[in-house]
Amino acid sequence: MSKEKPFFHPYIPNAVPEIRAEMLKRIGVTDVEELYRAIPKDLRFKGKLKLPKPYSSEYELKRHVLNILSKNKTCEENLNFLGGGCWQHYVPAVCDEIIGRSEFLTAYGGTAYSTFGRMQAQFEFQSLMGELVGMDVVSMPGYSWGTSAANAVRMASRMTGRREILMPKTVSPERLATIRTFCKSVREEIDIAIQLVEYDTETGLLDLKDLERKISSKIAAVYFENPSYLGFIESQGSKISQIAHREGAESIVGVDPISLGVLAPPGDYGADIIVGTAQPLGIHMNYGGGMLGFIASRDEEKYVAEYPSWLISLVETVKEGEYGFGFSRFERTSYIGRDKAKDFLGTVAGLWTIAAAVYMALMGPRGFREIGEVIIQKSHYAIDSLSKCKGVKVFFRSNAFKEFVVNFDGTGKKVKVINKALLKYGIFGGNDISKDFPELGNSALYCVTEVHRKEDIDKLAQALKEVISK
Amino acid sequence: MKRLPPVREYHSPVWSEPIITEMGRKGERGILIPKAEKEIRASARKGKSYIPEKMRRKQAPQLPEIGQPQILRHFLHLSQMCLGMETNIDAEGTATMKYSPKIDEALARSSKMTEIHPCQDEDTVQGILEITYKLDLFLREISGMDQFTFQPPGGAMATFANACILRTHHAARGEGPQRDEVITTIFSHPCNAATAATAGFRVITLMPDPTGYPDFEALKAALSPRTAGLMITNPEDTGIYNPRIREFTRAVHEAGGLCFYDQANANGILGITRAREAGFDACHFNLHKTFSSPHGSFGPGCAAYGVRKELANYLPRPVVTYDGKKYHLDDDRPESIGKLREFHGNIPAVLRAYSWIMSMGAEGLLEVARTSVINNNYLTKMLEEVPGTVRYYAPGEYRLEQTRWSWEKLTKDTGVGTLDIQRRMVDYGLQSFFMSHHPWIVPEPFTPEFCESYSVDDMDYWAAVLKQISDEAYSNPELVKSSPHRAPIHLVKYEGLDDPSKWAMTWRAFLKKRGEFSSDHEPKRDSVSER
Repeated sequence: MSKEKPFFHPYIPNAVPEIRAEMLKRIGVTDVEELYRAIPKDLRFKGKLKLPKPYSSEYELKRHVLNILSKNKTCEENLNFLGGGCWQHYVPAVCDEIIGRSEFLTAYGGTAYSTFGRMQAQFEFQSLMGELVGMDVVSMPGYSWGTSAANAVRMASRMTGRREILMPKTVSPERLATIRTFCKSVREEIDIAIQLVEYDTETGLLDLKDLERKISSKIAAVYFENPSYLGFIESQGSKISQIAHREGAESIVGVDPISLGVLAPPGDYGADIIVGTAQPLGIHMNYGGGMLGFIASRDEEKYVAEYPSWLISLVETVKEGEYGFGFSRFERTSYIGRDKAKDFLGTVAGLWTIAAAVYMALMGPRGFREIGEVIIQKSHYAIDSLSKCKGVKVFFRSNAFKEFVVNFDGTGKKVKVINKALLKYGIFGGNDISKDFPELGNSALYCVTEVHRKEDIDKLAQALKEVISK
Repeated sequence: MKRLPPVREYHSPVWSEPIITEMGRKGERGILIPKAEKEIRASARKGKSYIPEKMRRKQAPQLPEIGQPQILRHFLHLSQMCLGMETNIDAEGTATMKYSPKIDEALARSSKMTEIHPCQDEDTVQGILEITYKLDLFLREISGMDQFTFQPPGGAMATFANACILRTHHAARGEGPQRDEVITTIFSHPCNAATAATAGFRVITLMPDPTGYPDFEALKAALSPRTAGLMITNPEDTGIYNPRIREFTRAVHEAGGLCFYDQANANGILGITRAREAGFDACHFNLHKTFSSPHGSFGPGCAAYGVRKELANYLPRPVVTYDGKKYHLDDDRPESIGKLREFHGNIPAVLRAYSWIMSMGAEGLLEVARTSVINNNYLTKMLEEVPGTVRYYAPGEYRLEQTRWSWEKLTKDTGVGTLDIQRRMVDYGLQSFFMSHHPWIVPEPFTPEFCESYSVDDMDYWAAVLKQISDEAYSNPELVKSSPHRAPIHLVKYEGLDDPSKWAMTWRAFLKKRGEFSSDHEPKRDSVSER
């Protein structure tokens, strides 16, 4: 080391040679190599890592990275109609301000005292989400809607001792793939088997007759989504839950909470466990990096005992009237239970829960009602506008929330071709679902939210007309 | 002993903030949202309601109604009662609380990152795909693995990915059901055991030998035709490097298993030693630890999970590829374990890690490793002089980036334990240290890690605080046991946490248990004045 040129770096104060020498002296060695003596020679990496030459100044680094990033074309610069599990909603400036605070951005675990503020903010996330979904227990985040749904299914399986679940064919393919990963096991006999239930291709609603055929006392849970992946509101929730309960199965409902100012909370139609994502609540899309999930249930010990997540609980302190926070039944988690734990836990998405708490506080009951109404009005205006394009049909239109299936069979053009053509208009067309839902033909899932203006929807309709007629 | 700096008379802000559900007055608004235009409203009015009657929300959610400045102030107050890495000297071990450069944060907050949708056409996301692909190349070089994915949104998900790959790999060779055991060690992160169990494996956990090293004889005894693989950390979270690691991986391979290296924290060995040379088939790095992405009040994290080419087809889909001109997302991977989570992972962390490596280079990474090891051994010298500390295991041997210590002696002498000291640290403006994962094999443990971001002065201050608390324990143990005294709150009564009649995960549950939740869901206002 002594032969090498001194290395100075603003992120490494102790690289200064004089400081380093003083430290080595205190340790009692002459060279840092002595500290690595435990590593056998043949395991030592020989030579220098082949990495690009670094930028020595922050200014040059910034130019370099911005130059690459400039190749991205964003949903702000273009008109975006993609949704399907990650949605473009407006993120209030206060959300970004709060999660940009050093204290939250750079904290980690800490204790009830050292990171008290983050624990209260996260308890407030649980509390506000509890009001939205109408449940008394809400967990700290899961990694995503899909992983939280997977955790919920596994909770139900442990609670009932059963190893089969039912869900509609309309479930999100990304979420279904995630749930499958979690339901598989080393030996098939301990897998949790997933059976898909048919749906009505006119309305999108679950085929209750098929559910009746498939339900049995072997079923641990029936899982369905509201609004569904394909955008429609599943109005048979009560019946679905009743059928599940009749056979002793849990009713698990996945929700997009942005809908809950206008849609009934799932507990109203019999849900036992509610899962979903808070990404629409004040979190940027981040190329899918804005994901987080949550799990909610009634405040019953049998549910609480099965959560894999942190559950922040409000407790008293030794000073009268003062609140503190801690984790309830922490021994459930893998930090203590290891291989006997309920699934597993690690660093998940704490910062996003704080953004979502801020968002829910900003919106209040009226904000949630209004955003629900505005989204429905705008998406139905889009449905009407697009339906007028020649050869275009919109499926499941009568009960759509913010997404809907646009079918292009009558145009003779593939979604892929149409979306490529729309790009030239600065428009990101809806997700191509023709592979995942072949029964729906050549279709795309379009998403309209509060960020879309009338002129945006008119522009889409006009562009589609031109693309189709070419 | 070296002269230590004086400890500071810190005091945390004590804002006694109400729970947000208690704030505000009817009619206040935090934000207004864009309305539908007149034409849209008119056309919507013509139509019937789109929400089926039984699906309409009958009672508004009982969210608070609060003005924007009051909401901002509330959360700013909460942030002031939270010690972030940037506002204190944060030496939480195993977590590598390093500086997350502000420039990388600014880049990650660019709309070129935040405002992109994961399903956009490849042509519109060439920038972020390029960064993802290049970080993959960097990490291949750093680890010796052949391909990485960034889909795991945290370290535990990477170990889960590994368990899924073990499952798929052995099934593909027709040995699926019979290879149903995973071996780990008690000083590897508990998520290794937990994720293997979630994937359906039986887990064998090896205990250390008397000197604290992973026990090779115990490993040999555990190997069998049922062995699917080894999931292990090195150095373990004791900071001790297992010099026989190559023998471990060889023995597992000979038994037909695969070897996975949990390198969530690789800070002490960047450019020093790699997964490939140690015989591993796969490894992972936590970008929020070793590669500087901020920890974010427990996430979002991101784990880079890398494998040898023989296992590359099993990686979760999609992976980023490059054809020499353009970057692509390859989703057509029939042998893949599938999805760990929707979409591509926490990509802003990928961007930050890329930018960080581009500010470091090969020489910088090596200096990161050396500095973190020097820092840790320097701290050792300081802590050896703090009364009541014991450094566990491997006497005379250097630790790498962190060290497992014990207050066993102090507890025997004074009755003050590591939990007490953890709390008392907050009175001096320090983040509480990390103790140990469970179970506590080392009694009254603590595990400091001073990564490269910290200066000599930082470490001297930290040691001074521990010395101060140790002195207090010997002279006035009650002072430490009843701490904290200058924190946002006082000692918490933990009994309520595990009692179903008392625990409260939401404010509404809390009100119900206090008999204050009225049927019209209107919280009683007098609970504010009580505080």
